Amino acid sequence: MKKEEMKEQTQNKNPMVQVEISGTQYQVPAGLTAVKAVWYTGQTLTRGIGCLGGVCGACSVIYRIRGHYELKYGLACQLVVEEGMSFSFAPHIPSSKATYHLEEIKDPKQELVKYYPEAALCRNCNTCTEACPQGIDVRGNVWRAVFGEFKQVRDETLNCVMCNLCIPVCIADIAPNLVFLYARRTFNYFYDKKTPNLTARLSEIQAGKYQSDWNAIGKWISSEQSEREGEVPSGFAGGGGDASPIDWTRRA
Amino acid sequence: MNKLETSKELVAANREQRKDQTFPQASQDEKDKIVRLFHPDYHAEGYRPIRIGPNKGERTVHEIADLLESKSPLFKEELSLKPAHSTDILIIGGGGAGAAAALAAKEAGADVMIATKLRFGDSNTVMAEGGMQVAAGKDDSPITHFKDTMKGGHFKNDPLLLKTLVEEGPSAAQWLLGLGISFDRDEEGNLKLKSGGGTSRPRLLTCKDYTGLELMRTLKDAVLNEGIRILEFSPAVELLSDGRGACTGAVLKNLDAHQWIVVQAKTVILATGGSGRLHIQGFPTSNHFGATADGLPLACRMGASLTMADTFQYHPTGVAFPEQMAGILVTEAIRGAGAQLVNRSGARFVYELETRDFVAASIIKECAEGRGVETPSGKKGVWLDFPMVNLKNGPDYLDHHFPNMIRQFSRFQMDVRKEPILIYPTLHYQNGGVKINVDGESEIKNLFVAGEASGGIHGRNRLMGNSLLDIIVYGRRAGKAASARAKMAEPGNLTLEHLDRFNQELEKASIHPGKTSPILFPDYVRKEEVTKKSA
Repeated sequence: MKKEEMKEQTQNKNPMVQVEISGTQYQVPAGLTAVKAVWYTGQTLTRGIGCLGGVCGACSVIYRIRGHYELKYGLACQLVVEEGMSFSFAPHIPSSKATYHLEEIKDPKQELVKYYPEAALCRNCNTCTEACPQGIDVRGNVWRAVFGEFKQVRDETLNCVMCNLCIPVCIADIAPNLVFLYARRTFNYFYDKKTPNLTARLSEIQAGKYQSDWNAIGKWISSEQSEREGEVPSGFAGGGGDASPIDWTRRA
Repeated sequence: MNKLETSKELVAANREQRKDQTFPQASQDEKDKIVRLFHPDYHAEGYRPIRIGPNKGERTVHEIADLLESKSPLFKEELSLKPAHSTDILIIGGGGAGAAAALAAKEAGADVMIATKLRFGDSNTVMAEGGMQVAAGKDDSPITHFKDTMKGGHFKNDPLLLKTLVEEGPSAAQWLLGLGISFDRDEEGNLKLKSGGGTSRPRLLTCKDYTGLELMRTLKDAVLNEGIRILEFSPAVELLSDGRGACTGAVLKNLDAHQWIVVQAKTVILATGGSGRLHIQGFPTSNHFGATADGLPLACRMGASLTMADTFQYHPTGVAFPEQMAGILVTEAIRGAGAQLVNRSGARFVYELETRDFVAASIIKECAEGRGVETPSGKKGVWLDFPMVNLKNGPDYLDHHFPNMIRQFSRFQMDVRKEPILIYPTLHYQNGGVKINVDGESEIKNLFVAGEASGGIHGRNRLMGNSLLDIIVYGRRAGKAASARAKMAEPGNLTLEHLDRFNQELEKASIHPGKTSPILFPDYVRKEEVTKKSA
């Protein structure tokens, strides 16, 4: 794909658009993402690049379209460039994450304000919600967290990619994504503990329920293997897979 | 109307008709035949023998063989090996395996340092959509999990590694719940279990289609809370040895200052991940930007063997169109929920929940034989019929279970609730890797390997959901074992003695590599003159 991708970029039939990257003007083909537009201009990216699939939050950008007054926020691997777009990367936003250990927390809802005291100071400006590239109701969930509605916070913030774009826009100095992370982890830890099916399986394993099945599995493997003779062509390097009997105590 | 739109209408027209249609599973013989003819792992021109090192004579893809036969970036450096950092355990790689290893090592009382190429957490883990296999269901068992995985892996899995994986699955899930991870639950609190290709029972723990993201951000938060030292933008470029064959640290490259960083460590855990960004055999990839197989040349130069480094997973459903999303993964869980694969005339051609290698081969066959759909840029693909999911499960099912998919496509004005998506196999996972034992230790003393960089657990084809389990189970095992080892060990001498031996081998085989490895990043930058105007 590497060569093809290059070819695709250089032989792009799309019309060119004028964009501004970190203050410098370039002509790039329409339809590229902001990340690909940077590559098109001959620049490498080390900061501001990650999964290239819109889930890691490494490529936060701030952008504006010529003629529009709003400053917008997005993810550079997902943002498609257009005529008159000006963008700059914001790959790292300073924030102060609270340090906590779940097992030392007694009342997670009460203690939220101990770890994130500013959370209760939201002034309802809603810029966090507008900045969120994931469409999360950020402001609403900050309030829900403050009111102890952690379950809703968990369920409504699962798609947070931790891009941190909600942090610099907050006039009350809240770090909403960190508040949500705290709420999700503590909710699951304190209030959503019961998993009957898993607990049952763990005790079965501990009681050695499957021991005789494991002892018989070497036989199963060799009978299946003999049926599949030649499934992998001999010219290819195979490995692993000692045949029966298996010594489960083998270490190396 | 163009061909693409015409074909899309055909798919919509017969959707209702296909809804309850069953498609027969292929016989083993038929599967073998199609996989051999169409799966890239069997494409002989893509392969060559490795000429030096512990796997000399074995075949692998050109892209990996080239890395293994490249020089160390330190080959002409006058480098002082005075350590800038000293630690019990150096973990190389900041994805899920590295984070799990760090937490286990810290818990066991070791001093831990993580070095990572991009930011801590930037990894393939964060992208995993499908889930994590754990035999938690009533009608399931570790034995069934073992058998399914063996079948999927063509019986080439290391049985002991696999037994440990499946048996420790439930406790791995328990551990994650203890970190406050969100897994989907039913009314009684039970973990919801979904089906995947090759699983004979529903066995996938999920957090909607954000399972990897939830896993990574939770692990990351836990690591940060432990105050573990982290060096970001500092990939490893070479390992260090004591001159007697044991690993004693690594040389990192500070990507900001362009300086080498020498780290002395009693044990090293390689958790460098996969190799999708090598674009093996020209395939697009679902992997993150840093997935360049760094761990493989590092381990091999030290003398550690690889196993099954010739086999890769091409995920059947990578996006083929829109262009901006090419290679991005569409989770297999969507087929688990009923989405069908259909060709240009709207006909199904494979049972959707066969193992990944067979489904991928079937899609390649369909396109090679002219039954695929052509994208505007001339690529081929077949339809993944998303709207079938809502038709089968109710009108809001996609919204509730696959919100990430809906969001991603909506950025390109596509509504997967209403239209099918063109897909083609995408390079997804490195099935093999560095050979390890159940403690995660390689053949080199004090060098541990965890996660996608290791090999043997998944045989020649990994089942969906087993990699998230792998990184937790083996990340933790490596962390524990490395910690126990570090307690008994003194910091070793730091030498590059293994490079002398490696260079002699190159010389002897008359290999004169122009390149160095690891490559760290793929190169997508356009090299031609660009039109630049002053502002």
